[in-house]
Amino acid sequence: MIVTPAGRRLAVAGTMLLVTAGLVPLYFALVSSLGPEARLFEAPSLRPDRIVFDHYRALFEHRDFWTPIRNSLIVAGATTGLALALGAPCAYAIARLPFRGKAWILSGVLAVSMFPQVSIVSPLFLVLRTVGLVNTFPGLVLPYLTFAMPLSIWLLVGVFRQLPAAVEEAARLDGASRLRAFWSVALPLARPGLATTAILTFLYSWNEFLFALSFTLGPERHTVPVAIALFRGQYQVAWGEVLAGALVATLPIVLLVLLAERRIVSGLTAGAIKG
Amino acid sequence: MNGNESRLVWLLTVPALTVIAGVATFPILWTFWESLHRHDLRMPWIGMPFVGLDNYLEVFADRRAWSALLHTVFFVATTVAIELVLGLALALGLHRVSRGRGLLRTAALLPWAVPTVVGALIWRFIFESPLGPVWFADASAAWLPIVVADVWKATPFVALLLLAGLQQIDPALDEAASLDGAGALRRLREITLPLLAPALAAAIVFRSLDAFRVFDVIYVLTGGGPGTATEPISLYAFSVLFRELRIGYGSALSMLVFAVSFVLALVWIKLLGAARAGDVGS
Repeated sequence: MIVTPAGRRLAVAGTMLLVTAGLVPLYFALVSSLGPEARLFEAPSLRPDRIVFDHYRALFEHRDFWTPIRNSLIVAGATTGLALALGAPCAYAIARLPFRGKAWILSGVLAVSMFPQVSIVSPLFLVLRTVGLVNTFPGLVLPYLTFAMPLSIWLLVGVFRQLPAAVEEAARLDGASRLRAFWSVALPLARPGLATTAILTFLYSWNEFLFALSFTLGPERHTVPVAIALFRGQYQVAWGEVLAGALVATLPIVLLVLLAERRIVSGLTAGAIKG
Repeated sequence: MNGNESRLVWLLTVPALTVIAGVATFPILWTFWESLHRHDLRMPWIGMPFVGLDNYLEVFADRRAWSALLHTVFFVATTVAIELVLGLALALGLHRVSRGRGLLRTAALLPWAVPTVVGALIWRFIFESPLGPVWFADASAAWLPIVVADVWKATPFVALLLLAGLQQIDPALDEAASLDGAGALRRLREITLPLLAPALAAAIVFRSLDAFRVFDVIYVLTGGGPGTATEPISLYAFSVLFRELRIGYGSALSMLVFAVSFVLALVWIKLLGAARAGDVGS
């Protein structure tokens, strides 16, 4: 693209401005969470005058924030593992094996990924209650599969389609069965795509709110977003702890984004099935 | 295809498809079934009589449902429009930046990755911190933090979608037009935007779909208040289901959300299908 130097400077400046505007709220939350309680409701400041860890200490000592973190890790981890384990074979079949109705399956998967959570939350609740899974980890992982399965299948179909077929064919000529070709040729080759899928599935599971709010009853099973949303002080919102919790909840996400930005973007734009 | 292969297809696809059927298809059918019944968990003695379309008729007569629908449409129109404009600006900017683009893209992506609940709480704090909760006491003003929080989170997503679209446009077209003396604005209007149309359409449909089922951000910021002034349809359905425990009526409301999403989803799938066919064609 041809741009004059002045135009380029303008573009850079505008982009920086937009990006910075996106980061300011996070920075503001960080500064406020590191300040003393009294500082919280004074005029907003972008420069910390004193850094204290009171809110973080309260978060872990009084609120037991380790429990929601553990819960979120377990639920998001299990959801990701299951979605990949079940989704990869299905995606491989759709991408590589000739059979009828593929287009229908793929459209169906895509349609399911669009299901508004609120439209299936009550039957899921009634089922979970009947089988005694309300307020348990499986009682969250199963509902999470409603979005995790379509996401992983959709992304992985794209991944497997992009693998060079020649390598698998060579393996088949050497006498490997289809299953063998999938397991020891396609899967290892697809590792980067599997990683992308895992990262996105984990992100969505970590951030999920409605199901976690509906299917957990007490703090012992709350996930991080639910725990933070339900923080209440005795008379008012305990803002210091809320902000500290918000930042702790964001930290793993920031790390994921920093480590795997390229993958996330490629997955997002290839799949683009969740907002 | 021989028998072996078709057995293999079954082996590979059935587990995943069974799970999807169990956790998504079956529940949505159940919701539809419930929506045809009067089912009230506070009144277990009435049982669950079949009432046909009565619940849907009640939706039509329910003012709160209509205003919730109106709030949702307002939310979709406002946020998607702003996100599209800002997202396009950000995408064009990122596309032009050559040095440090990776870093900028990473930084731009961060708000999208932050859990919606967390982002909403941070914005609530920002809006409350200087003046106290005045924003949230006024029926119109309460929309501002909601729209800001959603735009903040979703703009990076729109931008990245559009950036991917921009990167597919042949730079030679732009160069040729530039050599012919077309200014930057004119090239944007007559070359970039028309070629970006598929990506723009995808972003609009996709964001509308997502915005239509908005729940988290409003739950955290206003809880639908003051009163029900910012209550979207998902939140209303949710509170009928889980607070009033009127499963039948709540199911009819959530079928409404489902129906609209489904229509949008069909458009979306059609667009994606067209895009995929385009890939094959080019």
